[in-house]
Amino acid sequence: MQMPTPDTHILDRKATIAARLRQVLPVDAVVTEPSETRAYECDALTAYRCPPLLVVLPETTKEVSAVLRICYEEGVPVVPRGAGTSLAGGALPTADCVILGVAKMNDVLETDYDNRFIRVQTGRTNLSVTGAVEEAGFFYAPDPSSQLACAIAGNIAMNSGGAHCLKYGVTTNNLMGVTMVMMDGEIVEIGGAHLDAAGLDLLGVICGSEGQLGVVTEATLRILHKPEGARPILIGFDSNEVAGACVSDIIKAGVLPVAIEFMDRPCIEACEAFAQAGYPMCEALLIVEVEGSEAEISHQLGLISEIAGRHNPVELREATDSDEAARIWLGRKSAFGAMGQINDYMCLDGTIPVSTLPEVLRKIGELSAQYGLKVANVFHAGDGNMHPLILFDANKPGDLELCEAMGADVLKLCVEVGGCLTGEHGVGVEKRDLMTAQYTSEDLEAQLNVKDVFDPKWLLNPAKVFPLEVTTPRRSRVLEQRT
Amino acid sequence: MTMYQPNSEQDLADLLRDADAPLAVQGGATRGVNIAGAPLSTCALNGVRLYEPGALTLVAGAGTPLPEVEVLLAAENQRLAFEPSDLRGLLGTDGIPTLGGAIATNTSGPRRIQSGAARDFLLGVRFVDGMGQIIKNGGRVMKNVTGYDLVKLMAGSHGTLGVLSEVSLKVLPSPECSGTLIWENLDWQASLAIFSAALNSPYDVTGAARLPAFGERPAQTLIRVEGFEASVSYRLSELSGHLKTIAQSAEMTMDVVRNAQLWRSVRDVEPFVGKEGDLWRSSIKPGNMPAFVAALDGEHMIDWAGGLIWSLVPKGRDVRAALNGFGGHCTLLRGAHHLLRFQPEPAPLAALSAGLRKKFDPRGILNVGLMG
Repeated sequence: MQMPTPDTHILDRKATIAARLRQVLPVDAVVTEPSETRAYECDALTAYRCPPLLVVLPETTKEVSAVLRICYEEGVPVVPRGAGTSLAGGALPTADCVILGVAKMNDVLETDYDNRFIRVQTGRTNLSVTGAVEEAGFFYAPDPSSQLACAIAGNIAMNSGGAHCLKYGVTTNNLMGVTMVMMDGEIVEIGGAHLDAAGLDLLGVICGSEGQLGVVTEATLRILHKPEGARPILIGFDSNEVAGACVSDIIKAGVLPVAIEFMDRPCIEACEAFAQAGYPMCEALLIVEVEGSEAEISHQLGLISEIAGRHNPVELREATDSDEAARIWLGRKSAFGAMGQINDYMCLDGTIPVSTLPEVLRKIGELSAQYGLKVANVFHAGDGNMHPLILFDANKPGDLELCEAMGADVLKLCVEVGGCLTGEHGVGVEKRDLMTAQYTSEDLEAQLNVKDVFDPKWLLNPAKVFPLEVTTPRRSRVLEQRT
Repeated sequence: MTMYQPNSEQDLADLLRDADAPLAVQGGATRGVNIAGAPLSTCALNGVRLYEPGALTLVAGAGTPLPEVEVLLAAENQRLAFEPSDLRGLLGTDGIPTLGGAIATNTSGPRRIQSGAARDFLLGVRFVDGMGQIIKNGGRVMKNVTGYDLVKLMAGSHGTLGVLSEVSLKVLPSPECSGTLIWENLDWQASLAIFSAALNSPYDVTGAARLPAFGERPAQTLIRVEGFEASVSYRLSELSGHLKTIAQSAEMTMDVVRNAQLWRSVRDVEPFVGKEGDLWRSSIKPGNMPAFVAALDGEHMIDWAGGLIWSLVPKGRDVRAALNGFGGHCTLLRGAHHLLRFQPEPAPLAALSAGLRKKFDPRGILNVGLMG
């Protein structure tokens, strides 16, 4: 992965920069020892690593502001980091950057059930937001697979989704306001306990901007009351096409499940071997979950069974109790772990129009044969968010590169059929160079202009999201100004 | 004055590239906004380009009439879930509302509290910026985090960043049935308590509003649920029981016509149609509603469980003064005086917004002065 050449001027000034930061932070909040900064050398995209110049771990918005002001004055790039679970390399450092980790900022600041929101520091993990409100019967809806570990800061940066977003939307649909620190240290408040923006929807463009516009330190999140209950049904088919048609028919019938998950044969086999969930061996498996009271659940599952029945399923298993529901979800939820047992894998997350599903799965199969790499597919079928897992051997020279080349072809395919490169993981460094497959130079320029407004010096997470050659003139401006 | 009405996205791009004077961008011109410059209508950029009911996706020209979209969707038992308002009656305008207009103003009706605003259903945009460049962002799929979300930025930008040429939307199935609980003559505080308790239940409320007294009819506090018939009936009776501690004797209706009338009345602010006075729309924290309306004279209609307040106040009254540190914002929809239509933002946000306008419309020709 090509990254910008580290700025030697910054490397030389490491001691001075660290000293300045120590003046505004507690002693243990500035990490400079190489043995300790190594823990921050990568995120969940572990193929790429680079220890940062140093790491800061502030505890308050004011401390974040002080840190950013110093970095702004020193011209030091800053890479914000939530919990470091990005699959796209969103928190990958450069040798001349300061990693600004929000992990210590995990307080609940305000819980307001009457107005249905919670305000938290953004280092708090996704699941512990729900944890803070579930006793009162509430939950925070976006549920990325990594929700036990991932931080709200990263969820906002990547506009994270999850299995249940077919009904509840993704992060941007559940984010009401933020406290954000601009690169020059200014603290701004955007949105809050009210709905919609007074002027331009700045919150909308901040969410999903991958830490390039500001550092979000506090967030107001919408919380919802839990439904009375939820239950899944498992449906097996002897072809991907038929499973795809069934998904479309369920949606057309006016049933809106909270989740529709799809697994293909390689994935079913791996999950079954790993978790013994009792899945039928077939070509395609759907897990459809609905919510409501017992009677409402039965009614909806009845409709879904009837629709599925028209597609000659090889298996139709309705959960009758919570144990069976858990067993149906068990395999799906362990899918990534199961694949990890067999092989190294790369997880893509391109999104496609649901109607192109059979075509895309067939073409992924062809690419798999062509590259000689196995692929297992597991994805959110209701919204077309694919998760092809390409298996490779990290110890075999050239295999990672081969896998990346195939991944790029799969993502280009997603764009060709009317979809996009990434549905919920973000661009990071991983898909940076594919942006030109989806966007024209005018389209990209419009996005770069937004960054110019928020971060004129291009110091925040500067080497991400856009192809390096596209951002070079902007990133080098700060160097030119110094010389 | 010349009215520009480009017939294609390329015509629109040529027009904007060559423009040398301010333009007043409009869809169906149903909002009665006075903007300096020659009118530029998107009405000829119309037509549905793609509709896949099984994928809940619709792509259409920005100038496509909303009624045309609604009829098309209804034929497949689907709808625009953000329930866009039709304010022609209220504002005394004619013209046909367009899809692009609904998006550019981020208009959302009572269902906002449950399913989201227009911006939440917008999947992709094509637009032409102030320099005449054609730009796309987002696409036609429901989950898309590829690059910055300019889609959200364009929703609610009131034509000040660019002129929409095409929009992609997520649509939703229409429910089999709607049902409403109605209480009469509840005051602000009791209405708020009803809203709060109803939304803090597991019954998936899709509307929480209060209509002011109107002629013979007393004020009505409303709670709506939607879904399969048996489910609606079940949830209405559960809610009714659940809310008895706050207010007795709710009327329950699942009548199709009555439900449609009640919620159209809320959506389109019908109680204020034909009435004199300045018209304001305020978005606040729901819990502040009773104090906010108490600080104002005039009439108020409440939506979004207390979070949206339509106010009809004596001419010249500054409703923003009643915010009094509450947070939130007030938009002046009708009233000829010195106050700005949109609430001025705090300086750092105003600077960011001005910076964005300068980038997207460097020559300052698109709906100049409308938003700040």
